[in-house]
Amino acid sequence: MNQKFRLENGGLINRDKKLSFKFNGKTYYGYEGDTLASALIANGVHLVGRSFKYHRPRGFFGAGVDEPYAIVQLYRNNETEPNIKATEQELFEGLEAKSVNCWPSVNFDIGAINNFLKIFLPAGFYYKTFMWPKSFWYRVYEPFIRKAAGLGVASTKHDKERYEHKYEYCDLLIAGSGPSGLASAYAAAKNGARVILAEDKPRFGGSLLTSDVNIGNQSGEDWAKSIISELKEMPNVVVKNRSQVFGYYDHNMLVMSEKVSDHLPKTKKHHPKQRLWYIRAKEVLISSGSIERPIVFGNNDTPGVMLSSAAKEYLKVYGVLVGKNPLVFTNNDSGYETAIEFKKNGINPIILDSRVNPQSEIIDEAINLGIKINFSYVVVAAHGYKKVSSADIAKISDDKKQLGTIENIKCDCICVSGFWTPTIHLASQSGNKTKFKEEIDAFVPGTSKQNETTLGAANGIFTLEETLKDSFIAGQDLSKKITNKDNKISFPNVVEKKSSQHDKFWCVPLPKGKSYKRFLDFQNDVAVSDIEIALKEGYRSIEHVKRYTTLGMATDQGKTSNLNGLQLVSDIENKVVPAVGHTTFRPPYTPISIGAIVGREVGKHSKPTRKSPMHSWHEKNNAVFVDAGVWLRPRYYKQGNETLFEASKREAKNVRTNVGVCDVTTLGKIDIKGPDAAELLNRVYTNAWLKLPVGKARYGVMLREDGIVMDDGTTTRISENHYHMTTTTAQAANVLSHLEYYLQLVWPELNVNVVSTTEQWAGAAIAGPKSRKLLEKLFPKNDVSNEGLPFMGYMESDLFGVKARIFRISFSGELAYEVNVESNNGQFMWEKIIELGQEFQVQPYGTEALSTLRIEMGHVAGSELDGRTISYDTSLEGLISKKKDFIGKRSLNREAFTSSDRQKIVGVIPLDKKTSIPEGSHLVKDAQAPLPNKKLGHISASCWSVEHDNPFSLAILKDGKNMIGEKLFVMSPLKNKVIPVEIVSSHYVDPKGERVRS
Amino acid sequence: MLHIKCPYCGMRSQNEFSYGGDASVKRPELNKEISDEEWDNFVYNRKSLRGKHLELWQHLSGCRQWIKVERDTTTHEIFNTYKADEEIS
Ligand SMILES: [Zn+2]
Repeated sequence: MNQKFRLENGGLINRDKKLSFKFNGKTYYGYEGDTLASALIANGVHLVGRSFKYHRPRGFFGAGVDEPYAIVQLYRNNETEPNIKATEQELFEGLEAKSVNCWPSVNFDIGAINNFLKIFLPAGFYYKTFMWPKSFWYRVYEPFIRKAAGLGVASTKHDKERYEHKYEYCDLLIAGSGPSGLASAYAAAKNGARVILAEDKPRFGGSLLTSDVNIGNQSGEDWAKSIISELKEMPNVVVKNRSQVFGYYDHNMLVMSEKVSDHLPKTKKHHPKQRLWYIRAKEVLISSGSIERPIVFGNNDTPGVMLSSAAKEYLKVYGVLVGKNPLVFTNNDSGYETAIEFKKNGINPIILDSRVNPQSEIIDEAINLGIKINFSYVVVAAHGYKKVSSADIAKISDDKKQLGTIENIKCDCICVSGFWTPTIHLASQSGNKTKFKEEIDAFVPGTSKQNETTLGAANGIFTLEETLKDSFIAGQDLSKKITNKDNKISFPNVVEKKSSQHDKFWCVPLPKGKSYKRFLDFQNDVAVSDIEIALKEGYRSIEHVKRYTTLGMATDQGKTSNLNGLQLVSDIENKVVPAVGHTTFRPPYTPISIGAIVGREVGKHSKPTRKSPMHSWHEKNNAVFVDAGVWLRPRYYKQGNETLFEASKREAKNVRTNVGVCDVTTLGKIDIKGPDAAELLNRVYTNAWLKLPVGKARYGVMLREDGIVMDDGTTTRISENHYHMTTTTAQAANVLSHLEYYLQLVWPELNVNVVSTTEQWAGAAIAGPKSRKLLEKLFPKNDVSNEGLPFMGYMESDLFGVKARIFRISFSGELAYEVNVESNNGQFMWEKIIELGQEFQVQPYGTEALSTLRIEMGHVAGSELDGRTISYDTSLEGLISKKKDFIGKRSLNREAFTSSDRQKIVGVIPLDKKTSIPEGSHLVKDAQAPLPNKKLGHISASCWSVEHDNPFSLAILKDGKNMIGEKLFVMSPLKNKVIPVEIVSSHYVDPKGERVRS
Repeated sequence: MLHIKCPYCGMRSQNEFSYGGDASVKRPELNKEISDEEWDNFVYNRKSLRGKHLELWQHLSGCRQWIKVERDTTTHEIFNTYKADEEIS
């Protein structure tokens, strides 16, 4: 048996199941039900890390979420995770952990040299030292700090684990399953309320697991067990352990992290590692208990100095001794409970009580057990490097200012109790105005902002009877309001020991001639002297002192350090603590893994994927897809070893010479119906719409109220009061919201309805000189001649029995049509087009060829309509009606929009007709001009013109109207390119637009 | 996350809504002669109010109605919500 600090009996661990684990490469054994901390202590391991700044040895300070020291790097199932508290991590077979903050090893640490240099590492050290010389920051300071600081290493691998999010509503959310949580949950559940009871530890019961009390003739632990098993049986109750309610947000939304699998060697199949619960509660009961406060003395960070409540928890829950020669240093009765527990297990502790002559039941019990007690005594300093080996102790004067003769006594641990600090984080996060409670020297919740009630120790109530009474009543009253039921519960008989008043004493003075470090913040290495320096340097606001010294800013968020820090500031400033005020508590209460926050929305699942009804055909025909918003669109159809460039050129060329077909399902489609539909269009688009005949399509541009182009597209009049609007793929959702805004809020008198039909229609653009021939085959019954279906014409037909809409519109600039069928028939339509198009050499084309075709034609798209351009800039000013008003028109006479040298779209060709021009490049007059070289415009889109067989780009250029024929330079510092170019018209192909009308 | 009562659908989470800004802004009537200042006030100028604010939200992932929400910009308290055409007392 290696676990030489494990008791023979006792604890709540499962001694039948022995587990092996590794710490810093060495194998140890523990039991099921241990934490990594309790198992290490059972093996006598107290050195677990190095402190953040001075790299002083670090042991265990607490036994749970408040732990500032024992942070490890965890290895589980071939994954690694930093910033894990050994006091929270449950032991599993094969667990591996390593110390952090030590290099090269925990026993010999180079950074510990900081400890001898500590005179150079005072408050604000980072701000002061690393300012100069500036060049040292990158080369010397930062690499050094990065190596020396930090709480572990984040894995760079993809996290294979699954994290889930869950949304839940309940009547009462109860955070914490100690006496107040259990009593209130029980009372509310009996009233039929929907209750969620959350406990961050694996075991329910909170302080009842470690205190010597009796409820209804049962031990506290047994009472907790019976309440929990009854709650678990009730259908209106959800009971969750390993679940930390860490954030209280607006409108009673709380977030809880449930560690579903962290305690297992490996996550079970189909289980998440963690689950994040978003809980909207009608009422919130905060029963988060309290955390013991340390007393500050010299070298109080030495391993083996720990909270007395933690020592008791290791004993009672895990059957582990934190030392065999303990010193208990207390200013209240809680230390006695720990001492009595030691004594009951055959250990002889010594109690040092700072109080002069306290009297209470529990003190009497300790005296009767023969425990040695020294009143008016304090620990002046701890000694020992890797673990406490002795302590300097002394008598202290009644005013706590003078120390008597210092004696050194041997000990192997010092259990400290400086009274209790209510855990008010959730209440404070909710907006509660907390108040300082003199009697307990701590803040407690005050006036609630949201529906939150704090109970028991979290509310500064430290007697069990009062806690249970308050909590039963709160559970009952709050649930009664919701369920209108009133089930009375008989109040159990409570037996507990009465405590006496604690001593308002928290910091031991330094003996003459000694300069021991007395730590306040154990994780960030903030000592009393640091706060003193900060105040001397003029920092006053507690928020500034916090940031300058980093007090309370570590991952434990000052759970054990905040109040002592405040005490110190108020002492030096001669203020009372409430006047100093505490810093703001912000979520999360405890570190939450990024994986849990992200949930399942990672990789492919970070957004939905939309696919057209023809998607599987594209897949089968070697389409290479591209993300277009959330849509997947074919970019090109690869033949053989073709590159993107070769394939898109071939596809575009085929459109210009034969016929191509492109999947345009992704275009936004909005169905517009009602007697005022034309009037709506007339107000939304810049051109006139009142006289569009039935069966005709028109191209329109819509603006925002600030005059900037919002979107463009064609809208077709299907029948008298029925229009079919198309939008760009990207703006589809925004345009619908835009129309709804005007119809619902601005012009509710218009009798029009709009609805998105994007997913109802599958669309195929058939483009090229042979497209009419193909159309004749597809619709043999219809007259699709230039007279029967002229440019911008519309016709309804059927495609071999399938209802179809035919629009004669063109984006490519060729003779072209767009055929829509109901989505279910999309694949059928597509296959028919391919089948009947064979004799006309039909080829599918993707977005790359589509871009090429529109660019060389000078048609604008998203890269020109980029939220910064007006109609004039994109040469769409011809579509602005002078006769009517429309959205955004009033903005167009702004000075900048009417200036004579306003930017305008142009074409750009490299002088060598070879070099392709990178998109986003800048246009300048003089390539040699000194920087910053004046930018005249930018390249918005580039292609290889298949018509002219040379590169061609579109650009938005200052005074573009008068720049045609000019020679400029394209500069792309990113691609390290300077290209001499000529400015030409943006209409590079068929400038008269004859093909679309042919 | 706010909890907003859609007058049509009931209490819903904020992530079903999109924000639409100050609800007291009135678009100038079409075809009406107005000064640059009036137009700028409509398009650009907004007060950043501390306290009670009447604002627009659209129930985007629900009934798609634009609604008016009376909310405190500092405490996020929502006092009342209204349909677009509802009289506000
Ligand atoms: Zn709604």
